[in-house]
Amino acid sequence: MSATAVITATGPAAWPMPLSQTRTVAKLHSVTKRYGPITALDNFSLELGAGEVVALLGPNGAGKTTAVRLLLGLIAPNTGSVRVLGRDPRDAETRTRIGAMLQVARVPEMLRVREHIDLFRSYYPHPLPAAEVLRIAKLEGIADQLFGKLSGGQKQRVLFGLALCGNPDLIFLDEPTVGMDIESRRGLWDQVRALSAAGKTILLTTHYLEEADMLANRIVVLNKGKLLCEGTSAEIKHRVSGRKIRCVTQLDLEFLRALPSVSDVQQDREAVLIVAEDPERVVREMLLRDETLQGLEVSSGALEDAFLELTRDRE
Amino acid sequence: MATNAIAVPAPRGLSFGYYANLFRKEVQYEFVKMLRTKAFSLSVIGFPVMFYLLFGTSNRHNMFARYLMPSYSCMGVVSACLFGIGMGIAMERAYGWLELKQASPMPRLAYLGAKVITCAAFALVIVAALLTLGITLGGVSLTAFEALKLAGVILAGSIPFTAMGLLVALLVPPNAGPGVINLIYLPMSFASGFWMPVTYLPHWLKVITPALPTYHLAQIALHIFGYAEPGSRLLPHWEALAGFTLLMVGAAWMIFTRSEAKA
Repeated sequence: MSATAVITATGPAAWPMPLSQTRTVAKLHSVTKRYGPITALDNFSLELGAGEVVALLGPNGAGKTTAVRLLLGLIAPNTGSVRVLGRDPRDAETRTRIGAMLQVARVPEMLRVREHIDLFRSYYPHPLPAAEVLRIAKLEGIADQLFGKLSGGQKQRVLFGLALCGNPDLIFLDEPTVGMDIESRRGLWDQVRALSAAGKTILLTTHYLEEADMLANRIVVLNKGKLLCEGTSAEIKHRVSGRKIRCVTQLDLEFLRALPSVSDVQQDREAVLIVAEDPERVVREMLLRDETLQGLEVSSGALEDAFLELTRDRE
Repeated sequence: MATNAIAVPAPRGLSFGYYANLFRKEVQYEFVKMLRTKAFSLSVIGFPVMFYLLFGTSNRHNMFARYLMPSYSCMGVVSACLFGIGMGIAMERAYGWLELKQASPMPRLAYLGAKVITCAAFALVIVAALLTLGITLGGVSLTAFEALKLAGVILAGSIPFTAMGLLVALLVPPNAGPGVINLIYLPMSFASGFWMPVTYLPHWLKVITPALPTYHLAQIALHIFGYAEPGSRLLPHWEALAGFTLLMVGAAWMIFTRSEAKA
């Protein structure tokens, strides 16, 4: 698979950019980043188009956080280039238009939520009003509490709020819903969708497939520092696993394996599980040959299966 | 490419007002945060005050009530800088908080400046507390000029020990921080005459004493009250502190640049 991503911007064009520029908001161009002997990212390219929501998906250690840190200018690549909003990401002026939610192990606990937000707002020349940040990040009830007294999910929401303080055009969310219960997670998803609807460009990293599926226009799957594939969630599901047929049949497993487009056959208790690119054709053949066939189910592969298969196959 | 340690110069479009406001808030919240962090504020202010109540007021009407005001003030500024800057930065760095701030447009200078100003402010609080105790309970009389001179020396003293705190922040793992800092700071303050005049120290310790930055700070502060070592001149002590500052800043800079190159 080619490691170079070719992307066309698909998001809404609500984001004002000079016409002279392409609508690429951020770009990693064949970057390699090594930490000692470990290659965290290997010749990886990524472009974010204006208004897109892109999910970087991959298991732990895939290089997702490294990609975000490169885009934030917190680290420099060994080779390749990083451009954000047409500039070097370390440029202070670039940073005034970016918001970031990173994985922070501990935040100063002796400041109140309102104070943290007031401080971060002062870092930006055109901040969102504090009340607006509190509203969007759903912090209104806990604004006067010390950070140290908050629950895990509330702390994540404060970090999300801090990412919004500068009213950024481009937002990085690194594992935003880690440690959140399902209700907070859904709440945050709604907020991400609202930001996207307002024309913001968002890059989020996650290892929750559901999250990528729910939020992203485009999913980029990373494993061990390499790009595995990218596309919409439907494309990724389709591309990888075909569909699954499950039924109880008397037909021989070897015979089933020989049928056209079948990629995998397994015995699953009394039934067989068949993976095939063209399940209609396989089912037709099976029904012709086995009148006792029963319990037939055909399902499209879940994103999860696709993901597991993708990350397993390319050791 | 690999180092971005140098503070970015003010970009166009960001006004003076923006920077002034940012700096003010950074200092304000840094101070509030440290004040509320009881482990810091109580120990840094509490120890010199407690020791003065024990040893200063009990020596009422002899030289020690007067001696211990400047010497404990030195102890205050050294501990404020080592714990405030050393521990503060080490922890915020280890836990990823500093990185989040670095991803924002906040200039590094504001971060460091707020920490320095906060520690200096704590040092001044300590000086004020000790002077008040000395005058009221210690029976010490001193002129306003002496008090101001002490405050000035302590403020100046916050610079070398800020630099040392910076180096500690870069070298010491945050979990080991308090232990390591105490191991550096307690023997150093004892050997430098913070607790008793250097003359009374055992001979072998007196050999080490001139190598300690704390000794030079103590001598300058004691000089105001006439308790410096006989025959000691001020200038070499200032020079020693300046040299120490350069050494610490240089070492911190080298380590920081190296760790950035690796990052």
